[in-house]
Amino acid sequence: MFQVRFHGRGGQGVVTAAELLSLAAFDEGRFAQAFPSFGSERTGAPVVSFCRIDDREIRVREPVMTPDALIIQDPTLLYQVDLFNGLAPEGYVLINSPRALDDLGLTDFVQQHDRRRLLTVPAGEFARQTVGRPLPNAALLGGFAALTGLISFRAMAGAIRHAFSGDIGERNVEAAHLAFDHVQNELRELAHVSAG
Amino acid sequence: MFRQVEGSRAVAETVAACRPDVICAYPISPQTHIVEALSQLVKAGRLSPCEYVNVESEFAAMSVAIGASAAGARTYTATASQGLLFMVEAVYNASGLGLPIVMTVANRAIGAPINIWNDHSDSMSQRDSGWIQLYARTNQEAADLHVQAFRLAEELSLPVMVCMDGFILTHAVERVDIPEQADVDAFLPPFEPRQVLDPAEPVSIGAMVGPEAFTEVRYLAHAKQMQALELIPQIADEFRDQFGRDSGGLVSSYRTEDARTIIIALGSVLGTIQDVIDARRDMRRKIGAVGIGSFRPFPLEALREAVGHAKRVVVLEKSLSVGIGGPVSANVRTALAGLDITTYTVIAGLGGRPITQASLHEVCELARDDELEPLTFLDINWDVVNRELGRRQARRRSGPEAENILRDIGTVASGPV
Repeated sequence: MFQVRFHGRGGQGVVTAAELLSLAAFDEGRFAQAFPSFGSERTGAPVVSFCRIDDREIRVREPVMTPDALIIQDPTLLYQVDLFNGLAPEGYVLINSPRALDDLGLTDFVQQHDRRRLLTVPAGEFARQTVGRPLPNAALLGGFAALTGLISFRAMAGAIRHAFSGDIGERNVEAAHLAFDHVQNELRELAHVSAG
Repeated sequence: MFRQVEGSRAVAETVAACRPDVICAYPISPQTHIVEALSQLVKAGRLSPCEYVNVESEFAAMSVAIGASAAGARTYTATASQGLLFMVEAVYNASGLGLPIVMTVANRAIGAPINIWNDHSDSMSQRDSGWIQLYARTNQEAADLHVQAFRLAEELSLPVMVCMDGFILTHAVERVDIPEQADVDAFLPPFEPRQVLDPAEPVSIGAMVGPEAFTEVRYLAHAKQMQALELIPQIADEFRDQFGRDSGGLVSSYRTEDARTIIIALGSVLGTIQDVIDARRDMRRKIGAVGIGSFRPFPLEALREAVGHAKRVVVLEKSLSVGIGGPVSANVRTALAGLDITTYTVIAGLGGRPITQASLHEVCELARDDELEPLTFLDINWDVVNRELGRRQARRRSGPEAENILRDIGTVASGPV
């Protein structure tokens, strides 16, 4: 089972992001379960959502305690919430930020983790360019597809189009594509550095 | 056809496929998405003919349901928590009058303190209301149970509550095979009421009954529920024939063949329990689980048969009968009377506290050694409890408990992370 925890703020589409990931996994013939951490649905308040993906029926109903991946939609949460709680050293982390991990004060954290699984991506910025609003969720899902290889970009784009119809859907897919390419480039550079 | 869909949506579309004539509801979390989706289906003409009545309260919702059902309309509503409490007088009337209304209860805690999260306090408070109560383990079962509920309700002329865990199921997006219209039509015949208000053949429903006949009327209500004990498995069998999957029934057993310990529970927590049982079976522990699908009527015999061979049962329940323990445990003890089985009660998941596999493993370990307390509050924070007890002892005016405790733990209603 692969478990993802999303952190963001009310209004950023945190719950929708988990649902879209589950939809993409379902489209690829897998079992998926998405659910919010219930209750704190106020604009700006910290919000958590979850998605589990497996090749068999998912029965467990507890919140994701030991995520395989974290998607952090708002980097200001890094200083407010224990975001990395339960994350294994080989877990994936994707943070919405135009800044590097060191600039976010994560130098110590980076050293304890597999570097190729920790990335920032300017998802909000990509969304601002394509959608016109800095809503990072669709772009982060594109980045997630590139980072983990768990879900194809095609399935992710399909899920985004399912949730946002018409022009808005296409613009969100475009944001996801920019993030996908960005993460692939970052990963290539990291591979180059470690090989070099 | 399988779809990746929110539980509430799956229930709404299934209810629509049951072709209700009248839907009356008042929104309350976590039921809201269900009735919102239904109102959209009615408005869009996808559920027609159907009258959607936007009422001013839950009391009105059940009152309209009573009127509509008595006039021969297939009637549906949904509620939760304080909403259910607000309609209680009418809830008892619906069953007392024998009206086959189907109502979803999106299970949620009852205040005070106000809490919007899941537990079973709301529907458990209505266990003696005369309604049949079915509990869903998954969103698939939640959807399927509604189709079965209309069959059952209309066959017996009794109302049915379909209970599904609020948020945990209603707000979870997962794979559901939403019953197809043609299958539902084949399974659920048009509503033919056993009693109906019809100007062409006038009758009155709801006469005053004195001591000369009240016992007999009440006995008949009980007899109908006893009849449901036979009908529920029959309907589940027919459902399997039509839809090709298992849903509903009185009880469900999971790996209980040679089990010495059996966990009994209701609702979605059974999924988590099944994962724990698989893990413990891998550790060669003789443990299994039994889910209670129908809490009213309570399946005394079926339960006795399902767990009779065990040494101990652990009843894991999401409601507290303050002053005694667990309402489910009390019923389980009645079922197991005379058998040499130790019964433990574990109160868990109150007000949305997550029931984790780790905590369930601890419970299983303690139960195996018969070291579990007869009444256990899962994951209770004794520091917090004792601090408040200390305050109460130290000062008469110790202040409001809930606020004191929130101040202690430095939070205001946060989620699990």
